[in-house]
Amino acid sequence: MSSEAALSPSPDAGDDRSPAQEPGTATTADWRRLDRRTVLLSALLTAGVAAGAAVPTTLGLSGRLGLGPAIAWVLAGSVLLIGSAAAGDHVRWRRTRYRIGADRVELHTGLFLVKKRSLARERIRSVDVTAHPLQRVLGLVTVRIGTGEHSGNDSTLELDPVTRPESERLRRELLARAATGTPGTHREGELAALDPRWIRYAPVSFVAPALGGAAAGAVMQVSDWFGAQGQVIEWVGDRFRDTSLLTMIVILALAAVLAGVVGALGLWVEMWWNYRLEREPGGTLRIRRGLLTSRSVSIEERRLRGVDLVEPLGIRTFGAARVDAITTGLAKDDEEQHGDHNTLLPAAPRPVADAVAADVLRETTSPTGAPLTGHPLAARGRRLRRALWAVAVPVLVLALLGVLLTPVLLWIALGCAVVGPAAGVFLARDAYRGLGHAISGDYLVVRSGSVRRSTAALERAGVIGWTVRQTYFQRRAGVLSVTATTAAGAGAYTAYDTDMSEGLRFASEAVPGLLEPFLERVPPTG
Amino acid sequence: MRLRPPNNTLDPRAVGWWRAQWLLLTATPVLVLAVLGTLIGPARFWLLLPAAVLAVLGTGCAVLLPVWWFRTHRWEVTDEAVYVRTGVFRQEWRIAPMSRIQTVDTVRGPLEQLFRLATVTVTTASAKGAVRIEGLDHETAAGLAERLTRITQDTPGDAT
Repeated sequence: MSSEAALSPSPDAGDDRSPAQEPGTATTADWRRLDRRTVLLSALLTAGVAAGAAVPTTLGLSGRLGLGPAIAWVLAGSVLLIGSAAAGDHVRWRRTRYRIGADRVELHTGLFLVKKRSLARERIRSVDVTAHPLQRVLGLVTVRIGTGEHSGNDSTLELDPVTRPESERLRRELLARAATGTPGTHREGELAALDPRWIRYAPVSFVAPALGGAAAGAVMQVSDWFGAQGQVIEWVGDRFRDTSLLTMIVILALAAVLAGVVGALGLWVEMWWNYRLEREPGGTLRIRRGLLTSRSVSIEERRLRGVDLVEPLGIRTFGAARVDAITTGLAKDDEEQHGDHNTLLPAAPRPVADAVAADVLRETTSPTGAPLTGHPLAARGRRLRRALWAVAVPVLVLALLGVLLTPVLLWIALGCAVVGPAAGVFLARDAYRGLGHAISGDYLVVRSGSVRRSTAALERAGVIGWTVRQTYFQRRAGVLSVTATTAAGAGAYTAYDTDMSEGLRFASEAVPGLLEPFLERVPPTG
Repeated sequence: MRLRPPNNTLDPRAVGWWRAQWLLLTATPVLVLAVLGTLIGPARFWLLLPAAVLAVLGTGCAVLLPVWWFRTHRWEVTDEAVYVRTGVFRQEWRIAPMSRIQTVDTVRGPLEQLFRLATVTVTTASAKGAVRIEGLDHETAAGLAERLTRITQDTPGDAT
C-alpha cells in the first residue's frame, strides 16, 4: 500500500530506547534519584485541590445528608485522595532514576512497563528550569531537558523534582560546550534586566480585556456553584434600578475593564518580576523571571535563527515592543500555549527592544530597525476591500435578521455600520503601512500585521525553502506573497502582497542560488 | 521578473484519477438524496432536484477541472532543488533545496494504485515547508524518490 523511504539527517536519531552502550561508564553509582520530597509535594498539592473541591461538594451534599455527615464524607474522601496521590508518587519516585553519561542522558521510569529513554548529549538544546511557589518553599525545581525536535513529547526528558543546586549542575554540565570561536566580541553577562516602569505597558496589552471577561465569567460560575446565580443577577439589577440600561452596561463594562487592568498588572508582576536576560560563556542565552513561579529558560545561540519584534496594537501606540526569539527547538508542548516561552524581552520601549535584539544577534544595529521596502498600493486596496467585506457581511446578516425577527438587531446593525467601516479602514491602512521587507546584512526582514504587528528578522542561512503564492486577485493586482520556510520559530515568515518582480528579487537575493534557476525575465509590458 | 513553469507535467493518467475522485465525491450525496427521494414520497421533488443539480455540477467539474489542473500542476527536480507548481485559483510555487531535505516519502492510495500513480512528499525541517508532487507515474515516483534519497544522503549537514 505504501512504501516509504525515510532518511535521517545524521546516523544518530534523537532518542532511541536502547541503554547506553559505551563501556566503562555503566556503573550503578552514576544513577541518581529525584528528590524524595516529591511525595510531600504531591500530597500538599492534592490537599490543595481537595480543599478547593471540598467546599462546593460539601455544600452540594449537605442539602441531602445534613451538614455533619457531608463534612465526614468529604473529609474521608479527601484523606483517601491525598493518601493515594502520595502513595502513587512514592512509587513513581522509587522507580525513577536518571544518569548523565559521557554521551547520553538516560531516564528510567514506570512501574509495570519500565520506560527507558535516553537522549544523546550532543543533541541536547535546552535545559529549562521552573519552580512553582510550593517547590520554591522546599528548594525544589522541575528540569526539562530537550533536544528541540518537533517529534512530540519524546524529545523532552522531565526531571520533577530535583534540588536547585542539582538543577544548576545539570544545566551547566549539559549546556557546557567547548567555547570555541564565538563570532564577534560581543559582551557576555547581563544583556537586559527588568525596568519596573515597563509595567505601564501591562494594562494596554490584550491580556487586560481577556482577564476582565474572565473575571465576569468567574463571578457567574462561582455563584452558580452556590446556586445563587439568579440572586447575583437580581442584585446587580437592583443596583441599577434607577438608571438606564445604557448606563448599566457602561458601568459594568468599566468594572470589567478595571478588573482586567488589575489582573493584567498582577499577571505581569508574577511573570516578569526578577526578569534578567544574560549571555553565558559558551554561547547560551538565559532568561530568568517570575515572582511566585520562577522560570529559567536557556537558549543555545547555535539554535537562534533570528528575532521577532512583536508590537500588538495596544503597546505599539505607546511606542513599545516585545522581542521573541526565533529558534529551532524550544519545548513545543504545553509551554507553547502560554505563548511566552520564547519571549526574550517583555513589552519595553522600542529603542530598548532594538538594542536587546541587536545584542542577542551579536550585531551592532538590529536588523529589525532596518529601513524596509514598502509594498505597492494594490496591497492597500486589498486590505481596504477585505476590511469593508469583514464589516459589511455581519452588518447585512444582522440587518436581515433584524427585519425578520426583532428591531433591536437593526439598531445593533446600525451601530456596527457606523463604527465598523471607520475601524476597518483604520486597521487596513495601518496594516498597509506596516507591510515591508528588506535584506539587512545576514538577515532578511519581513513586517506585517496591524493588531499584532510582527517584524521578523530571520537569518538568511536559516531559510530552508521558499513558497510563493498568488491568488487570482493577486495576479490581477500584480502582487504576490513570498514565504521563507525555516526550521525555527513559526516555521514560515511571509512578505505579503509584494510587488511581483520586487518580491521575487528579494527572495532570490536573500538566498543566492536557490530561486535564480527558476526565474525568468519578462520584458516590461507597456 | 516571474517564476518560470517547472519542466515536467504530471502523468496524463492523473486527469483520470482526479475525475474519479470528483465523481466519488459527488456520487455520495447524490446517491443519498436519490435514495431518500424515492423512499419519501411527499418530499420527492425537493430531494431529487438538488440531487440532479449536484450530479450535473459534479460531472461538469469532473470533466472540465482536471484538464485545467493538468495544465497548471507541474514539477521539476534539479541537482539543487525540488520545484513544484500547484493550484489554479490560488497558485503556489514551492522550492526546497536538496541540502535541506529530510525525508522523502512515496504514498499510493487505493485509487492511485488503480491508476498506477503515486504521490511523492518531500519534507524539510520546517513544519510548513513540505513539497508534495501528486499524480506521478508510480515508476517515475519510485525512481524520483530513490534519486532524491541518494542526493540528500550525499549532502552533509543536519538540514536545519
